[in-house]
Amino acid sequence: MPYALCFLLFMLGLYCAVVKKNMVKIVVGIMVMEYAVNLFLIMLGYRSGGTAPIIESSHLEESGQIAATFLSSSVDPLPQALVLTSIVISLGSLALMISICIRTYEKYGTFDITQIRRLKG
Amino acid sequence: MEQEQQNSSVVQKEEISNGVTGMTIIVKTVSNWVKVLIVLFGIYIILFGHLTPGGGFAGGVILASSYVLLMLAFGREFVEKDLPLALDSKLDCLGAFMFAMIAILGLVFGGVFFLNFIYQKYLPGQPLKLISAGTIPLSNIAIALKVGASLFLVIFVLSTFRRETPAKKSQISRIETDYTDKSVKSGDKSV
Amino acid sequence: MRIPLPLFIAVPLVMAFLLPMFGRKGKTAATVLANLVTVLLLVFAVASIGKSEVYEVGKWSIPLGINLVLDGLSSLLLLAISVVSAAAMLFSVRYMEQYTAKPKYLSLFLLMVVGMNGVVLSGDIFNLFVFLEIASLASYALVGFGCEHEELEASFKYMVLGTIASIFILFAVALIYGNTGTLNMAYISKAIQDSGLNAGLKFALALFIAGFGLKAALVPFHAWLPDAHPSAPAPISAMLSGILIKTLGVYALARVVFNIFGVSVSIGWLLIVLGLLSMVAGAFLAVGQWDLKRLMAYSSISQIGYVILGIGLGGLIIARAANSGYRQDNPDWAAWASLAVLGGLFHLVNHAVYKSLLFLTSGSVEMATGTRQLKQMGGLAEKLPFTRTTCTLASASIVGIPPFSGFWSKLILIIAAVQAQFYWIAAVIVFVSLCTLIMYLKVQRYVFLGELPENLQQAKENKGSMLVAMVFLACLCVLMGLLVLVPGLKQAILDPAVKVLTDGVRYSAVITEVL
Repeated sequence: MPYALCFLLFMLGLYCAVVKKNMVKIVVGIMVMEYAVNLFLIMLGYRSGGTAPIIESSHLEESGQIAATFLSSSVDPLPQALVLTSIVISLGSLALMISICIRTYEKYGTFDITQIRRLKG
Repeated sequence: MEQEQQNSSVVQKEEISNGVTGMTIIVKTVSNWVKVLIVLFGIYIILFGHLTPGGGFAGGVILASSYVLLMLAFGREFVEKDLPLALDSKLDCLGAFMFAMIAILGLVFGGVFFLNFIYQKYLPGQPLKLISAGTIPLSNIAIALKVGASLFLVIFVLSTFRRETPAKKSQISRIETDYTDKSVKSGDKSV
Repeated sequence: MRIPLPLFIAVPLVMAFLLPMFGRKGKTAATVLANLVTVLLLVFAVASIGKSEVYEVGKWSIPLGINLVLDGLSSLLLLAISVVSAAAMLFSVRYMEQYTAKPKYLSLFLLMVVGMNGVVLSGDIFNLFVFLEIASLASYALVGFGCEHEELEASFKYMVLGTIASIFILFAVALIYGNTGTLNMAYISKAIQDSGLNAGLKFALALFIAGFGLKAALVPFHAWLPDAHPSAPAPISAMLSGILIKTLGVYALARVVFNIFGVSVSIGWLLIVLGLLSMVAGAFLAVGQWDLKRLMAYSSISQIGYVILGIGLGGLIIARAANSGYRQDNPDWAAWASLAVLGGLFHLVNHAVYKSLLFLTSGSVEMATGTRQLKQMGGLAEKLPFTRTTCTLASASIVGIPPFSGFWSKLILIIAAVQAQFYWIAAVIVFVSLCTLIMYLKVQRYVFLGELPENLQQAKENKGSMLVAMVFLACLCVLMGLLVLVPGLKQAILDPAVKVLTDGVRYSAVITEVL
């Protein structure tokens, strides 16, 4: 069920990126799509009733091995690492998109993509 | 009293839009105190990145946000004098270069790229202590330097928004009146 | 000698991080260093022909860590990437004097090379996504490099569509992780073969085809290419059209569809249909263009259609051969499939060389005349002799005139289609070659023949590094036909690549046994 809601958020972002005419709204639509995919990735690692995947000294046994209770109750940390990478990538992409929007506004004087149509054919 | 407050708030807006003085004296004093705490918190998140959540990227963003606070409170020229853009650009390259060097040193000392050579050969520390994970805290510091410097650079450069030339202004006002006409017709008050 | 695989990624990355520190005074030093790096990468790529290796980064054993894999397909593409990037970097020494901020341009160029090398070498699907994003972000910034009106508009359009494609790819990677529990390509392939395709994996495959198809500019997804490639500076157009759409699009699509999911009959037909659409639509739209670089951009779409057609044809034959009745009726199916895939891959490498040469010559013409419109040019044959010769060589090659390299790859594709009894596909290939002939005759007539307009009397040839780069690529155009004619070269360079794709899902067994 939460996966279906995540997919709905993805579709909303896609609708916004495709239909809207203001450049900044298109960028916001793309950001909503990225949030939806990051949310989907985190939800994949979820285990119901799980704990955070951070090892403290109470989780270590005498020999230095990790206790089995921790391994059976922690959520999956790999999607969290993937999402961290993905958030950094989307930050870089957002910075580039916004700077191109600002430069385009300086040149054309408008944010409306139906007015920015010098390249045709 | 309300008249005075209204007058002073009008004066504030003009000064802010001129970019001359920044915010009031209360905001400036408090942000002078708070910036130290923000930087301290950022450094804590970076250094303990291998033990607690956070790490290089999150700590770097917090360090950049302390400079953004100064930019909002004091104005852009003050921050430009404090941390010139050329130095910031070089810090950013230095951070990335340090990270690449740590990876290549793994190749040189251990024979495998990105090997955690400090942990495997020189200093395997105790688990859960501060000096334990080998090259990971060093990578965190390098990444924090790069991310903090480049995020601040991006925000600073994006905030130098140049005003339009007069020839374009008529075009903007025509488009804006189109939008406002449509929104007024549809009964929407906020454009 | 064995070159450690991370050097392909680490050497240009370190240089890309160092170059922005140079500033305005160190421009010459920065240019020399960047050119040294691309020539070094070319030497590394030539030294890695025919080797296959699996490199575990950080000494973490797979599937816990990420690995870099060099097999036949990767080494072929590494060779193509390093040849085109060396030539484009040499060209941009003189060409980019027109723009400001040259050290930043060089740094972005090297970042794009890092991204492409990473995509080709990666053995882990999330690592492929990260390097794909690095290359894509660098290319978005490079397309809008001179910040004029058209370049910013083209860059914004390219960036929106490219980011949506990347988000599709990330969603597909997430679906694969959710269904198989691992991210290593060999282990995913084994898990999919064991358990079969469920609904989530089919949706992931569709998202992959959409995402990589947009990066490769196949026809329903090609809308960004005719705006982005003309507006970029000429060496960047050469890189984008020459290798970026092939590495990020065609290579990644082939790797995912052939080695991870395994080709089925419907996927084979889908690739063939996409290839045919791209060929025909690209050719028809290109003939009516009057902007020189826009015509070449549409012709890129058409030629990528050839590559996808060849690969799809091979895949269809392999998928049909899973049925034992088909195997009994057609005992030569393996030879047909490998011939079709050989045609597709050889066309990929050929197109990299001659399309980048065409874009470099168009950059030379633009630098001499200041315009890209065909109607404003004419009679430049005496003024720009070297440009004219190299452009004619490249045009003859792309049209398919013997003995240049394009002829051999088109001949192999036609023979493969006829052998597998798809006569209508062979007819379409010949028809689109005729359309390509028309469009390049148009280029030759309007740019080089005809009358010289008065304002172009002062046009001069630009000598120096631009000339060296164009002559290097022109020599390769002439000599590349030897890659299929001389059996030793074919076995060393092309056959391992074909074997990787026709082996298909045995990739996972190969990887885990090399370790």
